[in-house]
Amino acid sequence: MSDEPGPATTNIPDDVETPDELDPESHDSAVEEAAKRTPRGIPLRVDGLRKEFGGITAVDGASFQVEAGSLTGLIGPNGAGKSTTFNCITGVHTPTAGQVQFNGENITGLEPHEVANRGLVRTFQIARELEEMTVLENMMLAPKHQRGESVVRSVTPGLRRDVVSQEEELREEVWEMLEFFELDHIAEVEAGTLSGGQRKLLEMARALMTDPEMVLLDEPLAGVNPTLEEKLLERIHELREDGYTFLFVEHDMDIIMEHCEHIIVMHQGKVLAEGGADDIRNNEAVVEAYLGEDVS
Amino acid sequence: MGASATTARGRELLARLGVAVTLGGAVLLLIDLLAQLARVDLWIIGGELAFSQLMNYLWTGLTLGLIIGLAGVGLSLTYSILNFANFAHGDYLTLGAFSGWSVAYVIAGLGTIDLASLILVDAPSSNVGASVTNTPVAVVVGLVVAIVVTVALGLALDRAVYKPMRNSEGISLLIASIGVAFILRYLAALIFGTGRRGITAPSEIPSMTVLGVQVNAHQLTILVVALVAMMAIHLLLQRTKIGKAMRAMADNRDLARITGIPTERMITATWVLGSGLAGASGYMLVLARGTLGFNDGYLLLLLIFAAVILGGIGSVYGAIVGGLLIGITSRVALVWVPGEFGRPVAFGLMILFLLFRPSGLFGGVETA
Amino acid sequence: MSTDTEGRSRLVTDAGYIAGAMLLLYVVFLILGTLQGYPVAGIISSLQRVTFLVAVYGLAVLALNLHWGYAGLFNIGVAGFMAVGVYTSVMLTAPVGASPPGLGLPLPVGILGGMLAAALVGLIAGLPALRLRSDYLAIMTVAVSEIIRFTYNSNTFSQFTGGASGFDSIPPGPIRQLLLQDASSIISEPTPLGAAIFQFMEFSGIGWISLGRPDTINILSTLLIVVVLVLVYAFLVRAVNSPYGRVLKSIREDEVAAQSLGKNTSRFKLKTFMLGCALMGLAGIMWFGAIGQSSVYPNAFRPEITFYIFIALIIGGAGSNTGSVLGGALFAGLLFEAPPRVATILTDALGVTNAPDTIIGALGPIASGQLTPMLGFLLDNMSQLRFIFVGVLLIYLIQRRPEGLLGHRSEIAAATDLSVRPSQSKGGETDE
Ligand SMILES: Nc1ncnc2c1ncn2[C@@H]1O[C@H](COP(=O)(O)OP(=O)(O)OP(=O)(O)O)[C@@H](O)[C@H]1O
Ligand SMILES: [Mg+2]
Repeated sequence: MSDEPGPATTNIPDDVETPDELDPESHDSAVEEAAKRTPRGIPLRVDGLRKEFGGITAVDGASFQVEAGSLTGLIGPNGAGKSTTFNCITGVHTPTAGQVQFNGENITGLEPHEVANRGLVRTFQIARELEEMTVLENMMLAPKHQRGESVVRSVTPGLRRDVVSQEEELREEVWEMLEFFELDHIAEVEAGTLSGGQRKLLEMARALMTDPEMVLLDEPLAGVNPTLEEKLLERIHELREDGYTFLFVEHDMDIIMEHCEHIIVMHQGKVLAEGGADDIRNNEAVVEAYLGEDVS
Repeated sequence: MGASATTARGRELLARLGVAVTLGGAVLLLIDLLAQLARVDLWIIGGELAFSQLMNYLWTGLTLGLIIGLAGVGLSLTYSILNFANFAHGDYLTLGAFSGWSVAYVIAGLGTIDLASLILVDAPSSNVGASVTNTPVAVVVGLVVAIVVTVALGLALDRAVYKPMRNSEGISLLIASIGVAFILRYLAALIFGTGRRGITAPSEIPSMTVLGVQVNAHQLTILVVALVAMMAIHLLLQRTKIGKAMRAMADNRDLARITGIPTERMITATWVLGSGLAGASGYMLVLARGTLGFNDGYLLLLLIFAAVILGGIGSVYGAIVGGLLIGITSRVALVWVPGEFGRPVAFGLMILFLLFRPSGLFGGVETA
Repeated sequence: MSTDTEGRSRLVTDAGYIAGAMLLLYVVFLILGTLQGYPVAGIISSLQRVTFLVAVYGLAVLALNLHWGYAGLFNIGVAGFMAVGVYTSVMLTAPVGASPPGLGLPLPVGILGGMLAAALVGLIAGLPALRLRSDYLAIMTVAVSEIIRFTYNSNTFSQFTGGASGFDSIPPGPIRQLLLQDASSIISEPTPLGAAIFQFMEFSGIGWISLGRPDTINILSTLLIVVVLVLVYAFLVRAVNSPYGRVLKSIREDEVAAQSLGKNTSRFKLKTFMLGCALMGLAGIMWFGAIGQSSVYPNAFRPEITFYIFIALIIGGAGSNTGSVLGGALFAGLLFEAPPRVATILTDALGVTNAPDTIIGALGPIASGQLTPMLGFLLDNMSQLRFIFVGVLLIYLIQRRPEGLLGHRSEIAAATDLSVRPSQSKGGETDE
């Protein structure tokens, strides 16, 4: 995975069904057209999303969509409304207006667990590890619809056998995932004792344990040291090749430019620009919005 | 997808429905009240209620409400500024009452009755003859002592118990306050005994009839003291720097979160004001009832919480209005329910607020 | 399998803790009884009472631990749910002709009905309340519990509840029914089984110990409650060592995180609240119902008793089932039951005869160097002092050791040993 994918040319993994007619370079109406014909190609569509907190408009009519199997970047200055957008998509907040569609279904205003159970999970900007639970427990929590989540099945002698056997299967998956994220050496410590970077990794690994279709990552690299950062990005590319779709918030322009084939720029709650790295680099509005911050 | 319009909107709808049902119920009760006064009897509505009876409920509810409201100011301030529900607040009232009446007894009965039983508030009330008209100096000095002692107690407890826990969560502080409540309540029982005693001398309390209501001198005293205290609180909060800062901090939890931990000076001011008012309320509770037991403040605690929640946690004026509403509700409810349900009705009102309007009558919209 | 060995070793340590605590209590009360010159039967009956208290506290604390220790639900209305449990069960089982009358149903129906009713009240209270912040939930639950108490206390319903004086037509417990032909009369003809057991306890059995019928019945009834405690404990340990327990812990730690992983936390909270309430109802039934009690009355269910249960849980360690039982035992034995007995012994031993009635009478002699009157006064008021001590202890614990005795242990919520690594299959190298 040392070759980074070119910024504009997508390398969509072959096990993800992406119809030929969908041109990854196309914008706006073209994409919409394509989406209407093949809704599965565009798992996430956000339309006119708006969120107000008292007097503050955190998200102000944002619209965008994310292609299946893509690694899409979402950038914007502090307070642009990126996290709030995530919160509205995943049901943590109820949007003031607008619509969120996932795989063609209107999921606006659903509860967070309903969204997650549809295969759309997220991580948080400030990691929400479960402090007094071990890394293993954190991971084991995630898989959906576990048999033993029912008290009756956990307690009744005959039925508990199924619970235990499922636990054993999940345990195997969890250890594999921990090895993948190189967290296996700290598997048995309480999550509250992890470093900032390790928490980020754990949160991402845990989100993947829900067997999602699409993952929203809110600054997964924050607090992660440079060596780990490289590894994490590598992991993300590997996973994408396995068929996951990522929407990825990051402050660092360079990283986004280098790794994402599609980039959405938010500013003051609105989508300012969208496109490949070159489009964004040459977009005047973006340069202006980032004036004062260093844009390469 | 049909289900997607679900929960958030559904919950909002439920909340509206709750408010509507509550308001509808209130209107119905009001109509019923008027019908009862007019001696109209229509199906379930109406019945017979003497006007004087209603006025009596209102008046006793008012005096109780003033006491609850003043006590509520302190609870509300500590709740919002120190961020915890103080389950010992009721016992502050008890300690204030005992200390104040102990001194009042000593002044009223010195020379004629043995000192020990005066200090322990254990002398027969008719012998001491304590009342605001018969022994005015004793009663007034007692009030001042009740305030001073409770303030000292509040500050000492803050030092010993709450100060080491400034960074703890609200629930830890709440649990610590349960410990404080046990200590205070059984300290009162240890010193003063567990028996309920009569304090004021009924024969010495003049009363008159206004609009068919028995109004006695002690109830008027409560009214006057409460009005003076409210004016003082108002001036403190509006005119002094520390008062303004406290109000800003108490009203706005977000501000409190941004500006960080309140200064020690502000915490001290909070305890002084809150404990002082608690002491005064405890002392006046005896004026209203004539008796005192070591459980009294604690038994009032839930009603004080109810007042604070109705008024909105952190709102000083809200606590007073909430106190009046709770006091009056718990009495006027007796038009419809038997005597023993006065309290449950007040608690029920509090629960309705917790569920449908946790920010209280005057609070803004609180985000989860 | 290493799962079993790990689980078994934990079980052995935990059994050790409980056995150790019980041994300590028994030794303490043996000594107290001996010092007080109790006859053997008296000592045995005091041990029986301690066991009874330990068992019923254990039940209540376990139920609260499910709410607070596992799911983080700060319920301080325990007394109310216990009241609903026992009142309902007694109303279902009391004889039809008694006053207040019951429905005369069999005891198992009563117990199930009581638990169900408590769960139902939990549903009604929890449905709206469980989304509240935990301090609001605290205030709301204590208010609910007081409303319940006032309702049972009210004159209005006294024809069903007995009002303030309570319900005194509690039907005889299962042990009486088993041992006596007429369970309502202790002197009635025993059943064949009863005859054998009474004979054994009174004469031949344990040699020098001779126990009469009331003691025998009390001891057997207490053993029955201990059996219930063991069953509930086993049930809860199984229930929380599972994916279910994991979800509860995650709700306690960070509900939003749990939701974002697809857990319907509201449903889990409601179910758990109802389950805990049902167990509180059961605790109420065991505590105040058919066994050892002759009446239930509303004022037994003041919020104080909730706070005792809370303190016991904090002592034992919230989040640990074994800790819950341990905390219940230590609170009931050492903090609740022992102090008044110690006071009596000290009063005798120190020859304090006429202790002053008031603190002033006790303070006076101190000026002249006499400490005995003050000591006598304090010993006389041991029941007040012990609650002052309980308050101090609570503050100390929450400041210095909020995890209690066993709350620090990481009791992994899983149905299998997670440390077993499939690929390397070595597992269990840590001995935590
Ligand atoms: N719960 C909330 N209540 C009130 N205001 C909020 C809340 N959450 C976010 N905001 C405000 O909304 C705006 C957008 O915030 P948001 O966190 O979405 O930005 P962001 O793009 O994620 O910024 P950052 O890069 O700093 O993470 C900000 O002005 C923020 O203060
Ligand atoms: Mg953000």
